[in-house]
Amino acid sequence: MKAILYSQRNEGPVPRRPTGLCAVSVAEHRCGPAHPPRSRRGKERRNSSGEWQEEGVRGRWPPKAAPAAMPSSALWAVDLFGRVFTLSTAGQHWEPCRDAQLEFKRVSAARDCCWGIACDHQVYVLVGASDVPIRCQEEAYENQRWNPVGGFCETLLPSDRWPWSDVSGLQHRPLDGVALPSLHWEWESDWYVDENFGGEPTEKGGWTYAIDFPAAYTRDKKWNSCVRRRRWIRYRRYKSQDAWAKIPSEDDPQQLPDPFSDLSVGGWEVTDEPVGRLSVWAVTLQGKVWYRENVSHHNPEGSSWSLVDTPGEAVQISCGPHDLLWVTLWEGQALVREGINRNNPKGSSWSTVEPPTSENGILHVSTGVCVVWAVTKDRKVWFRRGVNSHNPCGTSWIEMFGEMMMVNVGLNDQVWGIGCVDRALYFRQGVTQSELSGKTWKVIVAGREGDRSLSGSSFSLHSAGCFFGNEVRGSAESCGPGDTDASWEVPGPASSPAGLRGKESWKGPSHATANFPEATDLSSLRLLPLGLEEPDSADCHALWAWVSGGGCAVEAHTTLKWFTTQSGLCPSVQTLSLSITPAQTAAWRKQIFQQLTERTKRELENFQHYEQAVEQVRNARGTSSSRHPSVWVKTGALQWWCDWKPHKWMDVHVALEQLTGHDGAQDSILFIYYVVHEEKKYIHVFLNEVTALVPVFSEAKHSFALYTPERTRQRWPVRLAAATEQDMSDWLTLLNLSCCESRRMHGRPSPQAIWSVTCKGDIFVSEPSPDLEGPERRLPCDQMFWRQIGGHLRVVEANSRGVVWGIGYDHTAWVYTGGYGGGCFQGLASSTSNVFTQWDVKFVHIYENQRWNPVTGYTSRGLPTDRYMWSDATGLQECTKASTKPPSLQWTWVSDWFVDFSVPGGTDPEGWQYASDFPASYHKYKTMKDFVRRRCWARKCKLVTTGPWLEVTSVALRDVSIIPESPGAHGSGLNIALWAISDKGDVLCRLGVSELNPEGFCWMHVGTDQPFTSVSIGTCYQVWAVARDGSAFYRSSVSPSRPNGDCWYHIPPPPKQRLKQVSVGHTSVFALDENGNLWYRQGVTPSHPQGDSWEHVSNNVRHVSVGPLDQVWVIADKVQGSHSLSRGTVCRRTGVQSLEPKGQGWDYGIGGGWDHLSIRASATRAPRSSSQKPASKQNGQPPSVAGGPWQTPGPVCC
Amino acid sequence: MHYPIGLLFDLLASSSALPWNITVHFKSFPEKDLLHCPSKDVIEAHFMSCVKEADALKHKSQVINEMQKKDHKQLWMGLQNDRFDQFWAINRKLMEYPAEENGFRYIPFRIYQTTTERPFIQKLFRPVSTDGQLHTLGDLLKEVCPSAVAPEDGEKKNQVMIHGIEPMLETPLQWLSEHLSYPDNFLHISIIPQPTD
Repeated sequence: MKAILYSQRNEGPVPRRPTGLCAVSVAEHRCGPAHPPRSRRGKERRNSSGEWQEEGVRGRWPPKAAPAAMPSSALWAVDLFGRVFTLSTAGQHWEPCRDAQLEFKRVSAARDCCWGIACDHQVYVLVGASDVPIRCQEEAYENQRWNPVGGFCETLLPSDRWPWSDVSGLQHRPLDGVALPSLHWEWESDWYVDENFGGEPTEKGGWTYAIDFPAAYTRDKKWNSCVRRRRWIRYRRYKSQDAWAKIPSEDDPQQLPDPFSDLSVGGWEVTDEPVGRLSVWAVTLQGKVWYRENVSHHNPEGSSWSLVDTPGEAVQISCGPHDLLWVTLWEGQALVREGINRNNPKGSSWSTVEPPTSENGILHVSTGVCVVWAVTKDRKVWFRRGVNSHNPCGTSWIEMFGEMMMVNVGLNDQVWGIGCVDRALYFRQGVTQSELSGKTWKVIVAGREGDRSLSGSSFSLHSAGCFFGNEVRGSAESCGPGDTDASWEVPGPASSPAGLRGKESWKGPSHATANFPEATDLSSLRLLPLGLEEPDSADCHALWAWVSGGGCAVEAHTTLKWFTTQSGLCPSVQTLSLSITPAQTAAWRKQIFQQLTERTKRELENFQHYEQAVEQVRNARGTSSSRHPSVWVKTGALQWWCDWKPHKWMDVHVALEQLTGHDGAQDSILFIYYVVHEEKKYIHVFLNEVTALVPVFSEAKHSFALYTPERTRQRWPVRLAAATEQDMSDWLTLLNLSCCESRRMHGRPSPQAIWSVTCKGDIFVSEPSPDLEGPERRLPCDQMFWRQIGGHLRVVEANSRGVVWGIGYDHTAWVYTGGYGGGCFQGLASSTSNVFTQWDVKFVHIYENQRWNPVTGYTSRGLPTDRYMWSDATGLQECTKASTKPPSLQWTWVSDWFVDFSVPGGTDPEGWQYASDFPASYHKYKTMKDFVRRRCWARKCKLVTTGPWLEVTSVALRDVSIIPESPGAHGSGLNIALWAISDKGDVLCRLGVSELNPEGFCWMHVGTDQPFTSVSIGTCYQVWAVARDGSAFYRSSVSPSRPNGDCWYHIPPPPKQRLKQVSVGHTSVFALDENGNLWYRQGVTPSHPQGDSWEHVSNNVRHVSVGPLDQVWVIADKVQGSHSLSRGTVCRRTGVQSLEPKGQGWDYGIGGGWDHLSIRASATRAPRSSSQKPASKQNGQPPSVAGGPWQTPGPVCC
Repeated sequence: MHYPIGLLFDLLASSSALPWNITVHFKSFPEKDLLHCPSKDVIEAHFMSCVKEADALKHKSQVINEMQKKDHKQLWMGLQNDRFDQFWAINRKLMEYPAEENGFRYIPFRIYQTTTERPFIQKLFRPVSTDGQLHTLGDLLKEVCPSAVAPEDGEKKNQVMIHGIEPMLETPLQWLSEHLSYPDNFLHISIIPQPTD
C-alpha cells in the first residue's frame, strides 16, 4: 500500500507544519524567509535568504587542473612587480591571483588562506573560496519574569539580569546592538528563536522555564516557574572569500604607529582549538614584533594586534607550522622564541642565535616543523642543524650550496628559494624526513599562463613593462636580471624585431612572421604572443621577489610537473603514465595506436586459422601428452595457520593448479601440503568456491584469509602468510584472477554492485545475483563472492547508475573512476587506466597512566594491580611509545608522538584526565578524590596505495549518501542527488553529479543550527539526517528542481537514545543509535513523511544500509559462527516485504572485520542479462559441496 | 650476433608477402658469422646480459642488481612461456625511473641499417636535453644517424620501423623506450629503404 502511494513520486509540497499529530513533535527550523525561485538565484548572492547563495559555479581554489591524481595545493609567489601568482602542485603554470589590482611585497600562505603586505603597507588576508561558507552563530537571550498582573513580562527585578543578555546573563546584549565585526561580514538572515532545547523540541516560542535566574531550565512550564528565557540566534557569514580583505588598521594611532614590513603565518599544528587557528606574526618598519590575536577559521581576520617585546630591532620573521618562530635582527643575529605551546601560542621568552660568520649577519630565516634555513648578507644559504621543539635554537650551521635572495620552508619541511643571480624560483629536491637538507636545487620553469590571458589594461605600466621584458628577454638578452628599468626599455620598436626574429628562428616557421612588420605600436606587440601557435614559456622567465610554500603540500610520492616545459611528458609512475595526460591526446600517440591496430590486422588476423606451432604447456606436471585440457601449476612456499594443535603458523608448500577446459573455461584448485608428526598431508580448495580473499596486514606478517561459504559459517577462514609483501601480492593477484576466471568475472564491477569496506580499509564488491532479493529461493548471503578493489576507504556509497563515492579515514572524499585493481593487484588483475595514487592518514592512540601517592604526587609508579603505565585505551595491553608500531606494514609514521587534547570529556592544560581509579569515568579537573590520571598520546601514520579513485578536493567529508534509483526509473537524464556531511558537520548537497561526471561540480551548503553527523537520501528525495545531539531531522521539499529542499523538521530520537546513523530506502527509514540498536520509523507516508515513532528492530548493529527495494542490510557485531564469534559481519534482513518492512530475521554473510556496506545500488529484482550468468551458475551448485573438500586429511605424497 | 625475430622481419622482410616463409637449416651452421648457442642456458644468459646492459644504461644497473635471482628467473620464464603478466610484473620495475628525474639516464637503443656493413649503431643518448626538453625519435636520428632522416625539403628515402610500425619522429624517446622496447629492454630501430612502389 505504502509502496503504491510512493511510486507516484510525491513531489508536491509537503505540509510545512503538520498539525494534529500528537505523537510527533515537529519543530520547524527555518533559516530565514522562503527561498527565492530558482531563476533569481544568480543575482541573489547578497540577500539574506541564505542557502541559494552557494549555488553559483565558482572556480576552485587553488585552481585545479583536469582530473589530477594528486591533491592540488599551491605555491604562492610574488614577482618583482608585486603581482601574486600561485602554482598548483598538480599544475604546470603560474596562475595570477584573482584580485590583480593590488601589488604585494610579502605573502605568507597557509592551507586555506594567504596573508600579505601590499605596497600600501597594509595587511591583507585572502581566504580561499570554498563551497562551505564561513558562518558564525550569534546568540542572545531574552529573559522574562512572571508577575501576577501581566504574566511573563520584560519587567525584571532590579537584582535580575538584563532583559536581553548573553548566556551568562552578565552582559547586556540587545538584538540590535550585536554588530558585524568588520566590513567583510554580512548577516545571513534575521534573528529567530531557537526552538531546539538539547535535542528536544520546545513548545512554541522556544521558552525554557526556571524557578529563578540563574538556575536549571526545563522546557515544561511548572507551577513554580517564575522566570523564563529563550534563545535568539542569527548567523553572520564571511563574504570576502577569494579576495584580498584589508585588515582594519587600529583605531588608536598610538597603538600601531608604523607600517608593516614583514609578516609570517604558521602555528596551525600547535593546537586545533579553535578550528583553523593560526599564528600571524608581523614586523614593522621600526623593528617591532606584533602578534595577531584570535585568528581562526571562523575569525579569519583575527581581532587585534598585540605587541611582543624584543631585545633588538627585528627585520624579518618566520613562523613554522608548529612551534618554531625565528626573527632576524638588524644586527644580523637571530632571535628564537621559546615556550610556544598550545596554552601559550605567543611563547614566553627570546634567546639569541649568532650568525654563522661574524662578518656576514643573517639576512633572512625561514622555519619549518623541525628545520631552519637562513640566508646571510653574502647570500649564502645555511641549514640549522638539530632544531626541534625541545631545542628550537638548534646546534650549528651547515653551509649549503647556492646563493639565494631568500628561502622559504613550506609544508613537510620542503624548501623553495629565489636565486640570487637569476631571480628564478628553485625547489629543493630530495627533502625527506631522514634527509631534511635535501639534495639539489632544481629550477621551476613553469610558465605563466596568466601572461597571455591578462589584458594589459588592468596593469600598471610597470607590469606591462615586465611583461615585455620577460617575453623578449630570452632572446634579446638585453634585460639584466632584477633590473626593471632595463626590461622596460626592451620593447621599444627598435630592439624588438631582433628579439622576435631570434625567437622565430628558434621556433621554426610561424604565421606571425608575415604580420610582424606592421606591428610597431605597443598594443599589437602585446598581443603577439597570443598569435603564436605554442607560446613558449621557457623564454618567459619571471623574476621573483618572494615565495611562500606554507600552503603547498609536496611529498615523497608527489610528481611535480614544474620542471619541464614539455607538455607531452608522462609522469614516471607506471599508473600515472596511463592517466589522462596531454601525451594521450598527442598526434604521435594516436598514430602509434592506429598503426599497431593496422599491423595486428595485417599480420595476425588473417592467419588465425593457423594452428599453434608450439603448444602452450606451462611447467606441465610430468609429461602432459594430451593437448587439452592444459594444466599449469604455480608452486611456492607459504605459511599456513594450523587450525588445530599446535595452533601455530606452519611452513607449507602450496600449489595452484589451473586447468583450462576445451571451452576455455578455467578451473583451479589450491593445494596446501603440510607435515604433521612427520606425516605428509594436504588440504585443497576449489577456487570457484572461494567467496573472498582478504589481505590481513598484521604488524609482522604478510598474510591473507581465504573464505568459502563453509568457512564463512564457521567464522574461521583459511589463513596463509607469505614471506614478503611482493610474494603476498603475487599470490593474491593470482588467486583473485583464478577466482574471477572461474566465475567469468572481468573488468569493472557492474553499476548494481554491492560495495563494502573492511575495518582495515580494504574495499570489496559483490555482484548481486537476481535472486539475491528474490521472493523465494534466495541466494544465502554466505555464498556471495566478494572481490577486492584497490584503494583504502572508511566509507563507500554507491548508486545504480554507477556513481560511487568513498571517504578515507582522513575524511578525504574520493570518487570511483570506473577502473579495477590497483593496490596489491598487478598485471591483468588491474585495469590499465583509471588507477591512481591514493593515500590515507590516521592516528594511533596510546595512554599514559599515572597514580597519585602522598609523597611524590602523580608518578608513573602504579599499584601492582594497576594497568600498564603505558597502555591502550582499555589498559589491558601494554603500549609504549617505542614499541607501538603502525597498524600494519603498509603504514608509516609521519609524525612524532604528541599529546591528544581532543579526547571526549576534555583535559587539563597538560592533557591529563583524572579519575578516582582505573577504569572509571575521567574528567578534566583534578579533585580531592582523584588518585589516578591518564593522558592520550597520538601519532599520525600514513598509507600510500593505488586504486580506481580520484580525490574530490575542497571539502573533507564525514558521511555521504547518493540517491538510490527506484526500480524502473531509468536515469531520466536528471542529475543524481548526492548529500554529504562535512568533517565539521556542515550539511552539503552536491550539484552536477551524473553518470558522465560522477564527481559533480560544486557543493551547495544547507544551513543547520548545529553540526550534523549522518545523512541519507531515499529514492523519492526523502532526506533524513542525524545531528550531533543525537536527534534526527527531515528535510522537506527536496526535489530535482530544488536540490537543497526547504526546511528541517526536528524529529526526536527514541527515548534515552542518541542516534548516530540513518538510512532511507524506497519507503523505509531505519536509524541506528549509539548503543547499536536498529530502529524502524513507523508511520511514514507520502503525506506525512516524518512518520510517527521509532520501533526497535534489533541490537548489536554497527551500520545499516537500506536499498532501493527497501532491502535492509547491516554490519552486525557478535555474530555466532560455528567456530568463533565475529565482529563486523555483513547481514541481510530476511522476510522484508512491503507489508512487513521490518523483516523477521537475519541471514549472515561474510565477516567479521567488515565495517561499512552499501546496498543502495542494488535495484534489480528481475533476472538480468548475460553478465549475471556466472553468479547464477554458481548458485546452482548444491550447497553441500562446500563442506566436502576441507576435511580431507588423507596422507598424500607430493 | 643474434637479432630478435621481429627485428629480422622489420629489417629484411617487411615488404614480403605474409605469411613469412622461413627456411630452417639443420646443418652447416655459419660459425664465423654467428655465435653458436649450444644450449638453452646460453640463450637465457644472452637474454639476461642484454637486460642487464639495458639497465646499466637506464639506471646504472641499480634496478636489476636490487632484484633477486627469482625475479631474474621470472623474467626469463615469462618470456619463454609467453606469459606477459608474469614477465611484466618484473619488467615494469625496469621501466620506472625516479620521480625527480624526467626519464632514464640513457636510452638503450640500437639502430640497424641494411645498407651498411656495420651491424648496428649504439651510443649514449639522454631522453631529456639539458634545458629540460624531451628528446624525440627525430632528435635521436639526427644525432646518431643523420643519413636516415630526410632533409627538410627532401624526399623521404627511408622508413624508421619499430615493431612493424613507423612512429612519428615527434614521438618522445622516453615514451618509446618505456612502451616499445623489446623484451631485452632495448629499443630496436630498423632503418629500411622506403619501398619504391
